[in-house]
Amino acid sequence: MDALPVTDVSYFPGCSLATTAKENNQSLIECCQKMGIRMIELPDWNCCGSSSAHSINHQIAFDLACRNLSLAPPDRPLVTACPSCTLRLKHAQHRLKNDPAARERYSQMWGRSFDPDLRVRHFFGLLEEVDLERLLAVNGHVRIDMSFAPYYGCMLNRPFALRSGSNYYGIMEKTLAKLGLRALNWGHASQCCGTFLTVARPDIVTPKVNMIMQGAAESGADCIVTACAMCHMNLEVRCTLKNPVPIFHFSEILSLAFGATRHKDWFSRHLIDPRPLLKSKGLTA
Amino acid sequence: MTIEGGPTIRLNDLDLKFSREVKRLSATDFYTCLQCRSCSGGCPFSEYMDYMPNGVMRLVQLGLKNEALTCNTIWICVGCHTCSIQCPMAIDIAAVMDALREKALAEQVDILEPDILNFHREVLNSIERYGRTHKIEIMMRYKLKTRDLISDWAVGMKMLAKRKLDLTPSRVERIGDVKKIFQK
Ligand code: SF4
Ligand code: SF4
Repeated sequence: MDALPVTDVSYFPGCSLATTAKENNQSLIECCQKMGIRMIELPDWNCCGSSSAHSINHQIAFDLACRNLSLAPPDRPLVTACPSCTLRLKHAQHRLKNDPAARERYSQMWGRSFDPDLRVRHFFGLLEEVDLERLLAVNGHVRIDMSFAPYYGCMLNRPFALRSGSNYYGIMEKTLAKLGLRALNWGHASQCCGTFLTVARPDIVTPKVNMIMQGAAESGADCIVTACAMCHMNLEVRCTLKNPVPIFHFSEILSLAFGATRHKDWFSRHLIDPRPLLKSKGLTA
Repeated sequence: MTIEGGPTIRLNDLDLKFSREVKRLSATDFYTCLQCRSCSGGCPFSEYMDYMPNGVMRLVQLGLKNEALTCNTIWICVGCHTCSIQCPMAIDIAAVMDALREKALAEQVDILEPDILNFHREVLNSIERYGRTHKIEIMMRYKLKTRDLISDWAVGMKMLAKRKLDLTPSRVERIGDVKKIFQK
């Protein structure tokens, strides 16, 4: 079979993946490579504003997102990994498309006019278009015999105005099934992780996180697979249960199945050590 | 009128100008809210809020400005959109919360959750300084501001040990662009 063609995309990592969740970043880049997607980091990108900008100053939130949009080369999609960054960028795009004054501000500040054709896409959108069967046939893969609780957090929720297009529900289950994993039904797949409340109100977040982690344990899952680095962190940091279920970034599992070699450095960074599980499943030495 | 377990609200203090202003700021028509309470049923944090999300919709409909701006709901809300996805009237409840927070700051009312506001401010300060968030500094400054240096010490140490907190910030090169955003 022919080698896979390579597609270039602009890549917006966002602050979490660039810092606290480097393992998510590296595994994402590696699995994209295996899928024939070259992730070219958006030059000099800035923070999307996180939850805080839009919480207290919509104008700053809008401008921060706009600067990133203005940096994106027109000939390729702008790919995001963090659900929250994705929403911020899409929200700004939506406003730009519908509000002439916003477009005026954009061109004044960034010295170019808004490109309505730029596609902002979450990594899941790319994945939907990859012919996984063919890819696995070409590249081969490691079979992963594990059960998992898929955890999307609030990613599946969107405000009405941004609800067109796929919300990727079920994509982790569908994809990982092809690699040998078994998705379990459980009650907390789209329960919010508490995001920033983890800092100022851990008293609220800890019981919520424990409920989610307990739910995963009761479902009998070997692990949780997350779609979001922020969720991953909250679950790990705030869980106070004994013997918590290990948590993986979706991209880590994907890379592992594709035969990643640099994973040693990823798994040692987890606060809940997943290495005993991986070892017991014969996935690492 | 008394909401069970809540404060008394006086219906002769309606400020419909405020109501329309929130509608404009949030670009959301909350007048269609029919009080079905789906939002509050779905909201993962409603048990910690003084007014549940449907209650806040009622407050802004009626123009009960003071109640809407001084409730803790607007600060506890994390914008997860669990409510909007369940709302039969497609109301963007989180957008209303965003607008109310900004209004509360502009009107300098009492903020019921000052720690949450402090956190947001530290995040924005960090972005203004570096163009990106520098987590360890945000946490240190937040802790100093709230004068709580003890809690979460163990968590911080664990994260450092796991190399999850970078000591030096990741920076935007053309920081002038970012400063411009904050000056506008
Ligand atoms: S967006 Fe706010 S009000 Fe709505 S469900 Fe989430 S926390 Fe609750
Ligand atoms: S779900 Fe929508 S219509 Fe129902 S109470 Fe909440 S805001 Fe109102």
